[in-house]
This record gives sequence, C-alpha cells and structure tokens, in this order.
Amino acid sequence: MGSSNSTLSKIPNLGRLIEETGFTPAHIKRLYKRFQALDKGNKGYLSPQDFGSVKELATNPIGDRIIGAFFSQGQETVDFHSFVRILAHFRPLDKNRAKRPDSPEPINSRISKLRFAFQLYDQDNDGKISRDELLQVLRTMLEMQVTEEQLESIADRTIQEADLDGDNAISFDEFRKSLEKVNIEHKMSSRFLH
Amino acid sequence: MLFVTPLLLVTAVGVAAADLYGTEASVRPETAVSAAPPATLSASPAASPYPPEEYAEAGIALARSADAHDPVETTDSGDASHHGGGYKIVQWEWSYVQTPYIIAIWILVASVAKILFHFSQRVTTVVPESCLLILLGLVLGGVVLIASKKQLYQLEPGLFFLFLLPTIVGDAGYFMPSRLFFDNLGTILVYAVVGTLWNAFCTGFSLYGMKLAGIIDEKVEGGMMEFLLFGALISAVDPVAVLAVFEEVHVNETLFIIVFGESLLNDAVTVVLYKVFISFVEVGPGNVQTADYFKGVASFLIVNVGGTLVGLIFAVLLAFVTRFTKRVRIIEPLFIFLLVYLAYLTAELFSLSAILSMTFCGIGCNKYVEANISQKSRTTVKYTMKTLASIAETIIFIFLGISAVDKSKWAWDTGLVSCTLIFIFVFRALGVIGQTWVLNWFRLVPLDKLDQVVMSYGGLRGAVAFALVVLLDGHKVKAKDYFVATTIVVIFFTVMFQGLTIKPLVKWLKVPRSTNSKPTINEEIHERAFDHILAAVEDIAGLNGYHHWRDKWEQFDKNYLSKLLMRKSVYHKGELWEVYQKINIRDAISVIDQGGNVLSSARLSLPSMASRTSFSEVTNVTNYLRENGSGVCLDLQVIDTVSGGKVEEETETHHLLTGNLYKPRRRYHAHYSRHFMTVGDKERQDREVFQRNMRSRLESFKSTRHKAKGRHKKERSQKKRKGSDAKEQEVNGKPRRNVSWQDTDPVTAPVDSPEERSEEEADKDEDVGITFVARKHETLKEPLKERPKSDMLEVYQSLAVIPPSPTCAEKHLPWKGGGGTLPVCVSMETTKIIPIDLQQAWNQSISSLESLASPPVQAEPQHPRVRALSRAEAARGGNSGGSDSGGSGPAQDPRFHFPNEEENGQSLQQQESQPLMSSMKPPAPPQVSSTQGMGRRPPTFNRNPCVYLRSLVSASPPGSEPRSRGPTQL
Repeated sequence: MGSSNSTLSKIPNLGRLIEETGFTPAHIKRLYKRFQALDKGNKGYLSPQDFGSVKELATNPIGDRIIGAFFSQGQETVDFHSFVRILAHFRPLDKNRAKRPDSPEPINSRISKLRFAFQLYDQDNDGKISRDELLQVLRTMLEMQVTEEQLESIADRTIQEADLDGDNAISFDEFRKSLEKVNIEHKMSSRFLH
Repeated sequence: MLFVTPLLLVTAVGVAAADLYGTEASVRPETAVSAAPPATLSASPAASPYPPEEYAEAGIALARSADAHDPVETTDSGDASHHGGGYKIVQWEWSYVQTPYIIAIWILVASVAKILFHFSQRVTTVVPESCLLILLGLVLGGVVLIASKKQLYQLEPGLFFLFLLPTIVGDAGYFMPSRLFFDNLGTILVYAVVGTLWNAFCTGFSLYGMKLAGIIDEKVEGGMMEFLLFGALISAVDPVAVLAVFEEVHVNETLFIIVFGESLLNDAVTVVLYKVFISFVEVGPGNVQTADYFKGVASFLIVNVGGTLVGLIFAVLLAFVTRFTKRVRIIEPLFIFLLVYLAYLTAELFSLSAILSMTFCGIGCNKYVEANISQKSRTTVKYTMKTLASIAETIIFIFLGISAVDKSKWAWDTGLVSCTLIFIFVFRALGVIGQTWVLNWFRLVPLDKLDQVVMSYGGLRGAVAFALVVLLDGHKVKAKDYFVATTIVVIFFTVMFQGLTIKPLVKWLKVPRSTNSKPTINEEIHERAFDHILAAVEDIAGLNGYHHWRDKWEQFDKNYLSKLLMRKSVYHKGELWEVYQKINIRDAISVIDQGGNVLSSARLSLPSMASRTSFSEVTNVTNYLRENGSGVCLDLQVIDTVSGGKVEEETETHHLLTGNLYKPRRRYHAHYSRHFMTVGDKERQDREVFQRNMRSRLESFKSTRHKAKGRHKKERSQKKRKGSDAKEQEVNGKPRRNVSWQDTDPVTAPVDSPEERSEEEADKDEDVGITFVARKHETLKEPLKERPKSDMLEVYQSLAVIPPSPTCAEKHLPWKGGGGTLPVCVSMETTKIIPIDLQQAWNQSISSLESLASPPVQAEPQHPRVRALSRAEAARGGNSGGSDSGGSGPAQDPRFHFPNEEENGQSLQQQESQPLMSSMKPPAPPQVSSTQGMGRRPPTFNRNPCVYLRSLVSASPPGSEPRSRGPTQL
C-alpha cells in the first residue's frame, strides 16, 4: 500500500479526479502507471505520437478517431486528468449508487457514452452526423471489402432509418433514438482493473 | 380445455386403431371396435397380424411394452394369416406399416394438439404449451391405460437421447445468439458447473440426511450414493423445459441466455455425475477409493473439453464442406443436419457430453455456414430445424404425460417427494443468490434481484431427468421406482406449476422483457463501432480485457478462419454489407408477404423520396418476418417444381433455347391474368409510381450523384397485386442477380480467374435476395461458367442463328416468333419485350417521354430490391440504362443466364449512345465486361435476336423501371 500511496501522491487534485470520474484510487493508480508508460520521455502529457506506440491501435479501423477523441479541439497534448476523464466514459455503471438528483450527470452515464461515440462520427462537431461523415466511418470499418457504391447505399439506408427530421443527417437525438434498444451500458463499458 | 376433449376423442380413436388393435381383441375389443371396425373385419381371424418381435425391435420402440403382452399372438405369425385364405382383394397389412404408422400417428396427434391449443388465444397466453401438452399426455395415457390395462408407451430414453433431444439441441445450438452467448459465457459456465454441482450435492446429501432422520420412508432403500445419484439427475435444469417455458415468457435476452445457456452446458456436469455415481453405486460405496474421485474429476474435464472439441471439429468440418456445395445447393441443408447430428452422435459414441458437442458445433459453424449457403438453404435450414425441434418438444411433453400414467411406476413416498421438491427449490434459490453475488463483482451489468428471482424460479426440470432416471438399473438401484415417481412429480411441478406461474410472476415483478426486434442497420453499424471503440480503449488503458481478446479473436478469424472456411466470394464481402443485405432481404420478404410493394426497403436514397412513414413501416415489418413462413413456402414450391430441370449437363444449345422460352412468363400467365381484372386499380398505382420514379430520376440527373436510387413509399393498397408482385420478382430474378453481382465484385475482389468469378457469380445468384427460381438459373449457369466468356459469346451467337424450331417462347410469345403481334408487348405492362422492329420507334417515344417526365404509360413497379440493385448496377455498369432490362427483362425468363459481361458490355455501349442514360456516370464499370462487350456489340445488335434480347434482359436501367422502357430502345 505504501507504494500505491506514493504513486497516488504524485497525482495532483486526486480527490477531484476520483469524485469526477468515479474511479477508485486503485484504478487511478493503475491508469497513472499506464499513462507514464505511454508518456515517452516523461513529459507529463501525451502527444498523438505516444498513442502510436500502442500497436493494436494500428489495426483498429477507427483507432485514429479514438486517439483524436483524447485531444480536445486544437490541442496537441493530453494530460493525465483528461486522459482519465476520457477513459471514465467506459467505466461500467455504478451498481448501487443512488442517483442524487442534484448531482451532475456522471461521466459514465448512458448519455455520455453515447455522446462520446457520437463525437467519433461527428468529426466537424456540428452536432450532426452527415452522410459524408458516416461514409468515412463506414469506409474505415469495412476496409476494402465493399465498393463505394455499396458503402453509399449502406450509408443512405442508415441515415434514412435514423433520420427523423428529414435533414439527411443524424443528430444526436436521432442517434440516441436509433440505439434505444441497445444495451449501451453493456456494450460501451469495459471492466477496469480485474 | 374445451378443445382438448374433441381432440381426445380423435386421438383416442387413433391410438386405439393404431395400437390396441394388435394387442388383441381380448383386450377389450369393444373400445377399439368403435374406432376401426373395418380394420377388425379385414383382419383375419387371427386378429393380430403383427409379430411382437417386430414391434419391439422396430427401431423406435414407441410401444415398448408391446412384447410384454402378446405372447399369445406370437403363435400366429402374420404371414399365415395374411395369405392363408386364398386371394383377398383387400389385405390387412398392419404389421408391415406398423412402426412408421404409429410414429406418424403420434406426430400427427401432437401436431393436431398444437393446432387445437392455439385455437384459443386466451388459453395459450395464460397456460404454457408445455403444460397443455403434458395434460394431454396424461389424458391420452389414461385412455391407453383403460383400453389396454397396461401402459404401452413411455418416453423411451433411447428414443429421447438419440432423436428427440438432438433435434432440440441442434436447433438451439445453431440459432444460439452467439454474441450474447459469449458475452455471458463466464456467467453461464459458473451457473452450469458450480450451480449444478452445488444443487446435486446439496440435494443428494440433504435427502440422505432426511432418510437418516426417518422422514423418508424405510421402503426407499438406498445409501448415500443412491441419493447422490438421484440428486445428480434431478438437479440439472432441463433445456427442453426451459426453452418451452421461457420462449413464451419473453424475459430479456440476457436473462434468457443465462438460464438457457446454463441448461445446455450443465449437461456435461450431469452426465459425469450420473455416470460416476452409477459406478459408485455398482461397486458399492465401501469400495470406492480415493483414486476414483480423482478419476471422476478427470472424466469431468474430459467429457467437457472432449465434447466441446468434438463439436468444434464438426463445426469446422461442416463449414468447410459448405464451401463446396455451390453446385449442389439442394442438399446444402442436408449437410448441416447430418454433420450437426453426427457431432452429437460422435460425442455419444465416446460418451462425451453430446449436448455440449452439438451446441458448440452449432454455435461454431453458424457464422461460416450461413455465409456459405444460399438464402434458400438458410431458410430451409431454419424452418426444418424449427419444425423438427417443435415437434420433438411436443412429443416429449406428451410422452412425459403419458409416462406418468403407469401404475407400475408409482412407488409413492410422500417424504421423498416433498423433500425433493423443497430441496431443489431451496438449493436452486440459494445457489443462484450465492453465485450471483460473486458474479456481480465481475459482471459489467450486474444481475439484480429480479433476475435472480426469475433464475431461481426458472430452474425447470424436464425430460432429461426423466430419461436418466428411467435408465437406472432397478436391480442395482433398489429405490428406482421411488425415484422415478419423484422425478415425475418434480418435472410436473416445475413445468406445470412454475411454468404456469412464471409469466404472471415476471409481469408482476416487472422484469424487463425482451424487445423482440430485429437489429436495424443503425444498431449494427454502431455496435460494431462500439466494439472497435472498446477494443481501442482497452488497448490504450493497457487492459487485456474482454474486448481486447475479442478483438484479437476477430483478427484471427478474419485472417485465417474465415479464409479457410468461407467461400472466397463471401469472404471478400464485408460483413456489414452482408448484414445490410440481410436486412434488406428481410424487409423485402416481409413486405411482399404482406402483399405490399417493396419500394422502400431497397437502397433508397433519394432524399426527395424520403418518407418517414414508409420507412418505419418497413422496419416494423422486419419483426413481422420472424415467424413468417410464406416466403419459405414459395421457396420450397419452386424448388420442387423445378427440380426436374436441374440436370447440370445441359448443352449450350439447350441453355440458349431454354433461356428463350420465357417460361416464367407463361407459367405465371395464369396467375397474372387472374389479376387482370384489377388492372384499373393497378394502372393508377403504376402511374403514380412511374411519376415518382421519373421525378426521382430527373433529380438524380440533376445532382452530381451517380446513383439513381429511388425510394418509394410503400403502397398499402396493393394487396391485390400480390400476385403480380410475385411475378415481377420472379421475372426479374435474373437481371437483378446479375446486376448485383456486378455490383459487388469487380471492385471488391479483383477476380483472379474466370472460375472464381463464375463462382462469385453463382453465389451471388443464389444469395441475393428472394429468388424464387431456385434451380433453374443454376442449372443453366453452371455449365456456362466454365468456359471463357468470349467463347460463350461465340456459342451464343452461332446458336442463336440456328433457325429455331418453334420454341416455347415462340409459341407463347407471338412476337418472339415473328414480328406480327408485337403490339402486345408495347402496351401497358412494363414487363414486356419490345420487338426489335419496334425498337426504334419505341426509343423515340421513350426519349420524348423522358423529356416530358410524365409518361403516359405507367411503369409497373418492379420489385424494389430488384430495382435498386439494377439501378445501382446500371449506374456502375455505364448506365446500362440503354439496355433497359428493367422493362423488357422481366418479361423474360429469370433463368436467362447469360454471361453478364457481354450483356453489360453491350448495354454499356448502347447507353453510351444514349445521352440521357449516360449522364449518370458509372462509378466503377466492370472492366472485363466493357471490353468484351465492345467488340461484340455490333453483330449482336442487328442480326442476332437472341443475343440482343439477352442484353435486354440482363442490363438494367440506372434510373428505374420507367426508364427501363427507354433502354429498350436498342
């Protein structure tokens, strides 16, 4: 426990981070180690290149986008706090924590998870997944297996299906509705620390 | 129960007629006589022509006790009685047909029972079918008992384990939602292994304790081992019962998969425990050595792992075999049934866990097999499996009921029965709570209290336990009769009482129900994205979590397994694309089934056409498809009727000629004309559709988009046109298929060899969509495929020039033979062929038409999918719009299987000459085709009607049907 304390003590604002993300100190400690491992040269922050060292990401069709999601607009670095905050999206829902009405939306709520996913599609941040944006994602996910034509038809159908207001794009609301039946809590959660 | 009564009469008669007969007039002939007097009459004086041996050995020993009570009859061997008294006009050949007859009668009874149950919606919504079936079985058993004083039937373990159970497990395994299953595999395994062990030992020890305490009667002889044995067989949750009850309850899918998965996977535990304890009982508890316990553990591992391995091996084998069934599509389903069944039998052979083996075989092969086999085969497999499983389940429950009515079985001990009931319930509940408590530490979505209640309550026992207890050796296990009676009570209690109350309970507790909907394309895409996101996040966070490994597995699967087990053509298609197509097909089928016109389900893309209503309709319709069988019927019908033509060695000549026969047109002519009266109605619709299409097409021209896809509102009022829809579909079958092939392949998978290409082609043909013409095109196509394209072309041409003796087409389609009666085709229907002579004129009129965009003639709406596909094709294939198969194509035989390349080429050319058409730019013109087409085209054009027509057939207009006319222009 001593070592964990010493690790934790290096993290500034630990209390707030725990409060905000819901991670336990053990989680944080582990993530901090991971952060340090990724952080080549102990800069105290991660650059996009640091993420490049994670080999699996290269084979992940939307790895780039996910890396991109760690960097807020226009920034080239991500510090530990943001790093943890992003990952906190994927914390499973709390089992028994009663929801206090006054508390802000927890970072790992269904909505936040969805919003995170939505932002991966919505690269220009206009609050809508346009046909082109959808096509881009589809293209990467399907790799070279289908023709452009097929991609487009899939994209078209997808939009038709989800588009409720007829603007030929998927807004966040529409996105949420189209996934209403999906067990997001399950699909967008990972077990940290086991 | 109102309907049960008549049923009973019927069945009683059937039973009596079928079986009691033989059992001798001595056994209350009066009862039977009423049922089948003629039978008695014709039966020779010797009255029972059937030799008991036969009866008993007949394989499926439905009437096992028959041998017990016909010693008398053995004396008169059937033959003597048959042929004894000179020539008889009618002979009673009961012994000959007996076994299959009885089986058939039983199945019939079971099926009729189902019909009757479902006459009343109210009853079936309240009472699970399994309960009704058991009740029916009880009554039937009573009838048999009264009639023959002996119980003739019972659920035979052999029959059950070798035939009935595998059908159910096979169905369950093959259609297991694998993602869900593996997501919850850890939980399922814990419940199946730990839970079952816990139940078995606790129940066994507790019962033994009760015995020692004197609560269980002295008559129940047995030591600890006997009770442990009993505990082992009574503790396993039964897959058949769980399926039967839970399918009607519709709890949420996670809950269902956990309970059901547990019931399947606990088989291994049960089998091992059962065998171990039996051997312990045999050698006597005193002689059991420590080593034996370890052997037990070892055998547990072997049975488990071995069973799973056998299943997976067969899965690989099966997937691999289906890679090569392209030419024998008709027996594709057979391979699946056989190999899955063999997985089961093989596991039994080595006394491994057969259920485990079959389950994993089904789960493992499903992905690859489904990708490899044709759409029709998929449907066939699905329905056959469901049918078999359903009937097996029915029979199991009926026989459970019947088996209970047997005096010889009833060795009642209140202490044992009540203790068992209490213990299995209590320990189940305790086990579930304890395990869930542990599991919830690990589960992403914890199981809450409601789930636990349902899981405890859902611990139904069933036929497996019964079969196992019947299998006990009465000499070694003295208390067998007591155990049998108790098992029956337990089964009845769990299935009837718990089965009856679980629904209200679930409702009352407000357990989340399953949404019961098919995935939409949105869900598919986003869920895939989620998987990728999660995998990436785990990688970034440095966790080797579930998604990490899943991702690794997917990579492995993609790089090696799929390559090995899937056809190249399939492998190269994106999975998402497959899903997309499946969803489309599903929608299309369901819309058609409802008599609608599948306009909106295809690749709809014109925003102007977007209409929310139609779309949601379609998506809802998706659900409707679930149990809808009509599509299948069509399927099978066609397979049947056409199967004669599936000889593969047909000469090119033959192909050509058949190709020109216009068979479908003829065949559906009657059909079509039946709806001829409604033409006015249709016209209106058609006009509407046409106008819409025109509009959309124009828009698409305007826009830079190179796709012309129209999306159309589904016409609700089209019920009447169902027939014509079907026809269109059929008719269009060919072009569509070609088209779609074109659509996918050239770009995705640069084709290496003609062979491969042809393979893809063929696959495509089979797989795309609802093709109603099962065999025909295949037949035609396959031989063709082998030859290099240019060759083929030559052949065609030369053949075509051969002055045709009047072909069918000529006879039936006047314009085919000579130009004389042409007008017919130019008329209202889009599905006509424009005679060559008229082409020119037609062309002109069309172009003028197009400019007007308000056609006098309405287009007959094609099958939307077809249209969409053809459109897409057209777009890419250089707007084969010119060739306009849309219009004329349909009129021709769907089997029209000419090599696409040529057609494309030709059409390409034609279109090029057509300004309108060419305005759409082909995204990816098929290279091969275009070049070939070039060279060929002039000759084909003018002098060879066949080829020319061919081009009409297969190319489709980029825009849509209306335009299809345009192309006719050639």
